[in-house]
Amino acid sequence: MKWLNRQRALLDFALSSLRRRLGKTLGLALVYTLVVAVLASVMLFAHALRREAALVLAGTPEVLVQRLVAGRHDLIPADHLDAIRGVRGVKSAEGRLWGYLFDPAAAANYTLMVPTDRTIEPGSAVVGSGVADARGVAPGDLMSFRAHDGKLVQFRIQGVVSKESALVTADLFLVSEGDYRRLFGIPEGRFTDIVVTVRNPREVRTVAEKIDAALPDTRIILRDEILRTYESVFDWREGIVLLLLSAAILAFGIFAWEKASGLSAEERREIGILKAVGWETSDVIRLKAFEGMVVSLGAFLGGYLLAYLHVFHWGAALFEPVLKGWAVLYPDFHLTPFVDELQVATLFFFTVFPYTLANVVPIWRAATVDPDQVMR
Amino acid sequence: MIHLSGVKKAFNQGRANEFWALKGIDLEVPAGKVTVFRGPSGSGKTTLLTMVGCLARPTSGRVRLHDRDISALPERFLTDIRRSTFGFVFQNFNLLKGVTALENVMIPAYPLGGDHGALRKRAQDLLERLEMGPKAHSLAEWLSGGEAQRVAIARALVNDPQVVIADEPTANLDSDRSAQFLDIVAEMKGDGRTVLMTSHDPLVAEAGVVDHVVTMRDGVVVEQR
Repeated sequence: MKWLNRQRALLDFALSSLRRRLGKTLGLALVYTLVVAVLASVMLFAHALRREAALVLAGTPEVLVQRLVAGRHDLIPADHLDAIRGVRGVKSAEGRLWGYLFDPAAAANYTLMVPTDRTIEPGSAVVGSGVADARGVAPGDLMSFRAHDGKLVQFRIQGVVSKESALVTADLFLVSEGDYRRLFGIPEGRFTDIVVTVRNPREVRTVAEKIDAALPDTRIILRDEILRTYESVFDWREGIVLLLLSAAILAFGIFAWEKASGLSAEERREIGILKAVGWETSDVIRLKAFEGMVVSLGAFLGGYLLAYLHVFHWGAALFEPVLKGWAVLYPDFHLTPFVDELQVATLFFFTVFPYTLANVVPIWRAATVDPDQVMR
Repeated sequence: MIHLSGVKKAFNQGRANEFWALKGIDLEVPAGKVTVFRGPSGSGKTTLLTMVGCLARPTSGRVRLHDRDISALPERFLTDIRRSTFGFVFQNFNLLKGVTALENVMIPAYPLGGDHGALRKRAQDLLERLEMGPKAHSLAEWLSGGEAQRVAIARALVNDPQVVIADEPTANLDSDRSAQFLDIVAEMKGDGRTVLMTSHDPLVAEAGVVDHVVTMRDGVVVEQR
């Protein structure tokens, strides 16, 4: 109880000391909050993007087979399906039809797909939330595009895809196979690529090698490879932002050190008085540690909250162009909120801990002076 | 109660600007009495009080409090003794600016961890007793010299010390305020406390409440009465 009273009294006094130096405290807390907010924004944003990527990959086939002609992706003939199905270890092989369509009305690209898990009536389409927002359409409305031969193809919106992940579904435009072929002029018996499922996940690489040997005009893409590409792209982009930020972090470090450690004559006098009236060196250090903790904890919580709002409510407007890359086609893009405990702990350790230390070390030096100085 | 034998104090020892503020003091300070140290500036009065009040350690010699040698104790123990035995009234009062009179009085008791409400009441009572009740919530920098001194006295008394040490307590006060201060000293003496003061002021040395006058010059005691 005595210990608790003592801490409470010191904390009360620390708060009153901060109030006495309101200008300095607020200035420091403001800069601190902004730095935490920017750092946390990068972390939250990059992490949320990675998570979106993981969601994309969850629905991605283990093995993709594409045909190459002169080193470029070309349509794959249906008879390749039989050849793949004949490879030992292959569970199933399905042809996919997909592509991109530029909509001049919305100045956006849509991902046109023929879904394999649902049937779309000819003349209808199911769209992603981004498409629906960009064109302001709802189920029952009509949308039309020019086909490859210049003729108009019309779709009645059948529904809007529920958004588990905006990144995956926002630009989707799902149509029937017949409509897809008519729009792009792709004949029967040709597919964009082939998805392959494998019986034993540990044999994916072996099966891929067998397909590669059986069909020399194709390239095989594994899910793991896509995952690596996503990871490196996000890491690279996050790295660029962190590099740019490092100058800001360094500046903050110098600023915090100067503000926290630059004891004014008045503060030195106060420490002398406290020691003279019976405070121990450890009491003075604890008082200053409380002051540092109040500022840094407040700034950390405020900064993290600001970062959360920035990333998940305001669309990470500050560094969207750098980190989102190709995803700029969504006019209104919202990431799914996600907070990782380890990440919070890391950020806490790299912001609150150094500041508190920067606060305490010089105080310790000042607090070890003889208390008789106030008598001189 | 307090016994000094062969106490010497050097500043900047071993350097070109070495200075001996005390050159061998032997002194007995009786309990429950008022002792005044007088002498010109630089005679060593204040340095002597810092030795007695556990604010500094002597370079050589011994300081005994209740037969306990306190001259070589580590800082932690000295702080503990200082907190529980001594109350200080500094020459320029040394109140914390931006803090109310009441909180200034409470500050020495914070590290003791007592009940906050009880401490507040004790501080308020002390201020009332020194006729500073109405100013309890005024900031230190708004107080006049006499008011600041009474807050400093209340702060010195908040931990109920046996010994009150006052360094030039009347240096910043007019004659009326100085007389008022001596009345407070008489009250402290009446409470059974030992009071040690340094002063240039003849009004203090000749006051009726003073029991013991020690005259110093150049770091030595030249006269005691």
